[in-house]
Amino acid sequence: MLNRASTYLYHRPRLALALLLGPPMIYMVVVYLGALFNLLIYSFYSLQEFTGLIVREFTLSTYAQLFEPANLDIFKRTTVMAAAVTVADALIAFPLSYYTAKFASPRLKTWLVIAITIPLWSSYLVRVYAWKLILAQEGILSWFINLLHLDGVLNRLLSFESIGGSSLALSPIGLFIVFVYIWLPYMILPILTSLERVPKSLLEASGDLGAKPLQTFRTVILPLAFPGVVAGSIFTFSLTLGDFIAPIALGNSKFFIGMAVYSYQGTAGNIPLAAAMTMGPIVIMIVYLLIARRLGAFDAL
Amino acid sequence: MSNSPTPAIRFNQVSRYFGDVKAVDQVNLEVRDGEFFSMLGPSGSGKTTCLRMIAGFDRPTSGQIFLYGQDVSNLPPYERDVNTVFQDYALFPHMNVADNIAYGLMVKKVKKSERIRRADEMLELVRLTGFGKRKPSQLSGGQRQRVALARALVNHPKVLLLDEPLGALDLKLRQQMQVELKSIQQRVGITFIFVTHDQEEALTMSDRIAVFNEGKISQVGTPAEIYERPASPFVAGFVGTSNLIGGEVAKRLTGSDKLFSIRPEKIHLGNVNSQPEAGMVFLDGAVRDVVYLGLFTRYLVETEGGIDLMVVEQNLKTTSMDVLSVKGQKVRLLWHKDHINPVGG
Repeated sequence: MLNRASTYLYHRPRLALALLLGPPMIYMVVVYLGALFNLLIYSFYSLQEFTGLIVREFTLSTYAQLFEPANLDIFKRTTVMAAAVTVADALIAFPLSYYTAKFASPRLKTWLVIAITIPLWSSYLVRVYAWKLILAQEGILSWFINLLHLDGVLNRLLSFESIGGSSLALSPIGLFIVFVYIWLPYMILPILTSLERVPKSLLEASGDLGAKPLQTFRTVILPLAFPGVVAGSIFTFSLTLGDFIAPIALGNSKFFIGMAVYSYQGTAGNIPLAAAMTMGPIVIMIVYLLIARRLGAFDAL
Repeated sequence: MSNSPTPAIRFNQVSRYFGDVKAVDQVNLEVRDGEFFSMLGPSGSGKTTCLRMIAGFDRPTSGQIFLYGQDVSNLPPYERDVNTVFQDYALFPHMNVADNIAYGLMVKKVKKSERIRRADEMLELVRLTGFGKRKPSQLSGGQRQRVALARALVNHPKVLLLDEPLGALDLKLRQQMQVELKSIQQRVGITFIFVTHDQEEALTMSDRIAVFNEGKISQVGTPAEIYERPASPFVAGFVGTSNLIGGEVAKRLTGSDKLFSIRPEKIHLGNVNSQPEAGMVFLDGAVRDVVYLGLFTRYLVETEGGIDLMVVEQNLKTTSMDVLSVKGQKVRLLWHKDHINPVGG
């Protein structure tokens, strides 16, 4: 019976493919695209101010609300944060990946990759709360900064209106540190993969043809690893853009898109505004992905 | 081609150890200006390590390497006037063919117009005119090979290193490239150092060959010297096929029990009654195996002293039926004393 089924499918590769891809495709279309579509519909509804009920009529008024200064501020702050986290992660990840891919012995490489991925085994929440303790007023980071007599510098940084706050944990600087840490593996892994695909002989050839190490880096390593950097940046950028747990857990006073969506759909019960707000990151990501595709990032995935 | 008396490359007691492994062990070597020099040996014999030390990818543990009299032992690759054709070609996948070829000029800040002119010149030399705009991935193995060659030659290096560059090509293309490489070398007049494990390739192209074994050089000489007068049992066995005869049998044939080698094609397979001519020696035996190979036939003959000898005869008049019927028969092997080659050891 099983044999006959195998033979039947073997001669009908299209049917076999349909059976393999069908269920996940249905799931994707119904659950994922369906939910997104639902969201899109809701973003064109509005909230009756007095009754708090959703008015199911097409309107652009909810979108108009997005352009109020407070909301624009949230978009700006979140995008800047996402961009800053992405750049910082790329700067930290590149040398680390480069060492792991090109210089570490196979044994050490295994350990390094494990060390990079181990944080992903533990709960995201636990790690965020751990950082809350590290960044707290009397936390280990403040203690260390005091030890180095750099507390003056820290207080100076915290006094800036846009990035500061009453303590590291409550400031955008603290949130930035947490985001950089939490999304780092998502930047390292694609860069590592792209660097590993650069044969050592290419680097030798470059040197052999007269290029000094810095020239080799600029003309050979960077162009070949760049798709990996872009792929990693898609992760770090979109994850930062949508995250609401870290800012809430750290108790940040400044609003980010994720937090805003969370509070609009929760306590405020303003699902249309929450839905419209969600369209923001989606549009930003679509633009970002289109640029990334032009840069050849998807060849490295 | 004006030949300078200073050797292009000179190794002075060069060693390279990897941990306890002596990859290259106290090698002395001279490669002459303008010659096609091959380093031949099995894998792990140290030939590639020697090449990498000349290129600068590796540094000797001890000893010095001289490039036209200048000690380059500790210079990085980008400060040596030496270029390499890599085994896997190592073409830059993100650049087109012309940019690949002009890479060496680009990093040396040569003007763009000059770069384009010289890259075109090189494309013509390797017969790839019009391929400049293609990506390496759009080329066949043989074409990539030529681009790699052009990319190295465009810099007019003092010495060109080739690391088994024909290894990935099929037989026909290989033979064609062997001829082409040799002719390009003669045209540009640059010293070529060619690493290979293929003895036929080395014999076809080289002016001189160094045979490597276990980190040392067993013999250096012209292809004819290497083939006809192998200096050690290893060379006799690695370059072509050889029969080695020693002990009692050697003593009866040559008057000395020292080991000697005799090439299979120098041995004549006669019937038991054939009489040796003047200057010939003979050995009786029985044919144990016959392999018919079209152009020639290979016989394995078990001789008196218990020594198995390989004999190769061309199928000038014989058919497969004739040669296969010889199996099991008693024969007499005869050869001229001139072909006996003492191999020491």
